[in-house]
Amino acid sequence: MSYIKKPAARHPKLKVNSLGLTVRDYEGSMSTLCAGCGHDSVTAALVQTFFELDVEPHRLAKLSGIGCSSKTPAYFVSEAHGFNSVHGRMPSVAAGANAAHRDLLYVGISGDGDSLSIGLGQFCHAIRRNVNMLYVLENNGVYGLTKGQFSASADIGSTSKGGMANEQGPIDPVNTALSLGATFVARSFSGDKDQLVPILKAGLSHSGFAFVDVISPCVTFNDHQGSTKSYAHTRSHMHEVIETDFVPLRTEITTEYSEGSVQGITMHDGSVVKLHKVADEYDPTDRRAVLDYLAEVGSRGEIATGLLYLEEAGADMHGFENTVDGPLVEIPFADLCPGSKVLEEVQKEWW
Amino acid sequence: MHPTDTRDPQYYHRVVDCQWGCPAHTNVPEYIRLIADGKYTESYMLNRESNVFPGILGRTCDRPCEPACRRTRVEDEPVAICRLKRVAADLRGEIDHLLPKAAEEKNGKRIALIGAGPASLTVANDLMPLGYHCTIFEALPKPGGLMRTNIPSFRLPVEVLEEEMDMILDMGVEIHYNHRIDSLKELLDEGDFDAYFIGTGAPKGKELNIPGRTEGSANIHIGIEWLESIHFGHIDSVGEQVLVIGVGNTAMDCCRSSKRLGGKDIKVMARKSRPYFKASPWELEDAEDEEVEILVDHSPQCFVIEDGQLKGMIFDLVEWEENEKGRLVSTKNGETFIPADDVVLAIGQDNAFPWIERDIGIEFGEWDMPVVDRATFMTTREGVFVGGDAAWGPENIIWAVEHGHQAAISIHNYCRGVPVTDRPPYGMNLISTKMGIHEWRYSNDYDPALRTEMRYADLEKRLSDMKVEAELGFDLKETVREVERCLNCDIQTDFTANLCIECDACVDVCPVTCLTITHNGEEEDLRQRLMAPADNTDQAIFASESLPQTGRIMVKDEDLCVHCGLCAERCPTAAWDMMQFDLLNPYAGHQSWPEKAITASTTSV
Repeated sequence: MSYIKKPAARHPKLKVNSLGLTVRDYEGSMSTLCAGCGHDSVTAALVQTFFELDVEPHRLAKLSGIGCSSKTPAYFVSEAHGFNSVHGRMPSVAAGANAAHRDLLYVGISGDGDSLSIGLGQFCHAIRRNVNMLYVLENNGVYGLTKGQFSASADIGSTSKGGMANEQGPIDPVNTALSLGATFVARSFSGDKDQLVPILKAGLSHSGFAFVDVISPCVTFNDHQGSTKSYAHTRSHMHEVIETDFVPLRTEITTEYSEGSVQGITMHDGSVVKLHKVADEYDPTDRRAVLDYLAEVGSRGEIATGLLYLEEAGADMHGFENTVDGPLVEIPFADLCPGSKVLEEVQKEWW
Repeated sequence: MHPTDTRDPQYYHRVVDCQWGCPAHTNVPEYIRLIADGKYTESYMLNRESNVFPGILGRTCDRPCEPACRRTRVEDEPVAICRLKRVAADLRGEIDHLLPKAAEEKNGKRIALIGAGPASLTVANDLMPLGYHCTIFEALPKPGGLMRTNIPSFRLPVEVLEEEMDMILDMGVEIHYNHRIDSLKELLDEGDFDAYFIGTGAPKGKELNIPGRTEGSANIHIGIEWLESIHFGHIDSVGEQVLVIGVGNTAMDCCRSSKRLGGKDIKVMARKSRPYFKASPWELEDAEDEEVEILVDHSPQCFVIEDGQLKGMIFDLVEWEENEKGRLVSTKNGETFIPADDVVLAIGQDNAFPWIERDIGIEFGEWDMPVVDRATFMTTREGVFVGGDAAWGPENIIWAVEHGHQAAISIHNYCRGVPVTDRPPYGMNLISTKMGIHEWRYSNDYDPALRTEMRYADLEKRLSDMKVEAELGFDLKETVREVERCLNCDIQTDFTANLCIECDACVDVCPVTCLTITHNGEEEDLRQRLMAPADNTDQAIFASESLPQTGRIMVKDEDLCVHCGLCAERCPTAAWDMMQFDLLNPYAGHQSWPEKAITASTTSV
C-alpha cells in the first residue's frame, strides 16, 4: 500500500459530466491492495461507469462481504452509501436494503470465495429472487487474503504458486447463474476496460440481478505460468462472443454495424444495449443455446467473454412480492404504521 | 511513434522544466532537496558548479526557471526557485576547501579577458583550474561590470557581490583596474596572449532625442550611467519630482533608487500598457510597493525648459490598436504636462565597439555588432571570443555565465589545437530512488501549499538608506514550506516495456491522468487518443516499445506529471521506476563522460 494520499492535483482538461463532476470525483480512498491487483482496475472501471452514467453519489449503495474484493467499495465513490457485511452474506443485506429502498442503485462487490464458497447459497437465492442490483464477482481463483490457497473457481490443472496442481472441479459462476435463471449474465476481464465498462453500464441499467464475473488476476499469488487466471493466460485465451455497446437514453445512436450481426435490447430505463455478435449463430437471449455454446468454448480451454445472456422482460424481487412502488422512507408514517385498530381488523381475517 | 529514446540525456533534461529553462542548466530540484535536508553548503556548491554566482543570482536572477516551472501548469504559481537559491547562499557554511583551485602548474597559455563582468569571470573560473593564466582588463576601479554598477545595493549588497567575485579572483587572476582597452588591434598586436575574450557588456544607455534634451541635460540622466554614479558615490541626491522614462528592469532600479535619494513623487512613464512592459512582474510589484506611480500610454513629446532649468515634460496621450498586419499603432488623444526636477532615461541599452578596429579580421554584421558563432562564441577572427551582453545585446547575468562556460570550452579547445566546433557531449546518470516497497529517496507527497511570499524590510527603513537590503529572504519556516512545493521533476518515471503486464494499475492511479496504454499511432493522433488530451505540444509525450502481452504501447504525457511516484508504487513488476536524473553538464576540461554515464540504466557511475 502507498503511504501518500493521491495528490489533489488533477488534469485541467478532465471531462465534466451532466452533474458537473469529473471522473476523479467518483474516487474513494487509496487502495490498500497489492500493487497490480486486478481488483483495482475493476474499481477504476466502476469509477468510469458511474462518471459516464452521471450517477449521483447519494443514489448509490455499495455492498460487500469479506475478502480482497470486498475491500474495494472503500476505493470508489466516497460519498455513496456503503455496507461491509459478514462473509458471504452481502446478497441478503443487499436484498434487505433493496426491499426497503428500491430507488437506489445497488452495487455488490464480491469474490470467488465470498460468492462460491461461504456465500454460495446466498448468491444463488439472490439470483432466484432477481434482486435488482449490479453484482460484480472479482474472480481470481485463489484466496489472496489467506495467502493463495485454491478457491472454488480454480480450474482443474491450474497450479498454485508453489507448483501444485488443482484437482477439484471448479464452480463456474457464469454457468451457475445461467442455470439458476439469472436475467443478465456477463463475463469480462479486469485488464480490458474497453469491454468491461459498457458491460457494467448495461448491468447498472438492467432491471433485475445483473451478474458480471470479472477475471481479476491476483498478482501476488496467481499470476504465474501454470495459472489459468493470470493476466497472460486470460489475454491469450479470451474468446469474445459479444461486443457490447451501451447507449444511454438521451444519446443518439451513431455506431453502425453490418446488417444482421447486431441485436439491440432496450432496457427498462429506455437506454439501449447493442450486442455486436462475433459468432454469427450466437443468440444472447436463448438461455439453452448460450449454455451449449459456453460448454463448447470451455471445452477448448477458452474463456468466453462479453454480455453473454440478457433478458429484460422478467419481474424482479419487488414484482414477485408485489411491494409498494416507492421506497419505504417516502411513505407517510401513518400509512406505514396504520395503528392497532387496523391491525385488529387484519387479524380478524384469521379468527 | 517510434519508441522514445530516454537514454538521450536531453529527453529527461526537457522534463526538468526549470533546468531546461535555465541557460546554465542548474540542477534545481537537487539543490532544493539539499536545502530541505539542511545541506546548505552542498546546495550552494551544486549551484556554483553551473551558475557560479548563487548569492548574486539568488537575489537578482531574471529567473527563466520560474515561468517554466511545472507548478505553473499544475496550479498557478511556480516554486520560488530563485529565493531558495539565496537561502543556500545565506546559510552555507565554510566552503574554501570546496572551491576550485588554480592548477599548481601553469600550462603556459595566457588568456586576455576584457571587462570584469559575469561572462569574463566565468571564463576565468573555468580556465584557472586548468592551468591557464588569465588577465582581466577592467575600465572601472572595481570588478563586477553591470552586476555592480547597475544593480543597486538594496537589491544586491556589495559584500555578497564581492565575496563571490573574490572566489574567482583569489585563484590568482591577474586584473588591471582603470584599464580601458581603447584598441583591440593594439592588444592583439602586442601578442601577449593566446586567446582573447570580450565580455564588455552593453554599456551604452539609449538616448531620447526630443526637443529640450540638450538644454536640460543637467537634470536629464541616462539610467545606467546614473546608477553607476550612484554606486560610486558621485550622485547622492535627486529632486523631489522624478520622471523615469521606460518600464524595463533598469527603470525599476532607477525609480526605486530615486526613492532612496530623496525623491518624493516618482513616476514611471510607459508608452504602452501593462501587458507590454519589459520589466519582470516581481520588479514591477516591488516598485509599486515602494509607492512609485506607473503611468501608461504616455509618449514623450518634449522636455520643458524655463530659464535653462528643466521644469518637466510634455507627453502625448496615446491609444494603441493592432492594425491589419498585427502591429501596434498609436493614435494621439491629447497631451499633458508633467512637472519634474529630474528625468532618468531607461529605455534600453546598446552595444558599442568603437575600440574594435574594423580591419583586424573581425567581421561586423547587423546593428554594427561583431559576428559571433552561436555555439562556439568565436568571432570571424580565430582566437577572439565574445560573450555576455557584448555578444548579442542585453540579456542577463545567467546568460552571461552560460556564455562564459561555453567560451571557456572553446578557448580550451583552441589553445590545444582542437577544433572549437568539437563540443563535449552532455551526459547523465540515472539512479533508482527506490528505498523500500513504497518508499523513495525523495519526498513524493504532493503538497498543495501556495507560493511563499517574500517579506520585505519595513518601508521607512528601507527607503532611508541605499544599502538596506529590501528583501529579507526566507526564514527557516518559510524555507521548509517552500522546498516541499518542488515537484522533483528530475525524479523521472522510467519505464521498461518488457516488464509490463498491462494490469492498468499505473493508468488507474495517476492523479493527473497522464498515462495511457493504447495502440500505436502517429504522435498527433496519439495526443488526442490519450486518457486526457495532450494539447501542450511544448511538452513531449513518451512512447514505449511494444508491450509483451498485447503489442500496445505505454504513452505518457509529460506535461502535468507531478512525479508523485504512484505509478511506480502501484506497479507490480517494477516496469515503472522513479529514477533520479542527473544531467552532466560539460565544462572546459571535461571533454567526455564515461560510456556508462550516457547509457546508464539503474546503476550509478
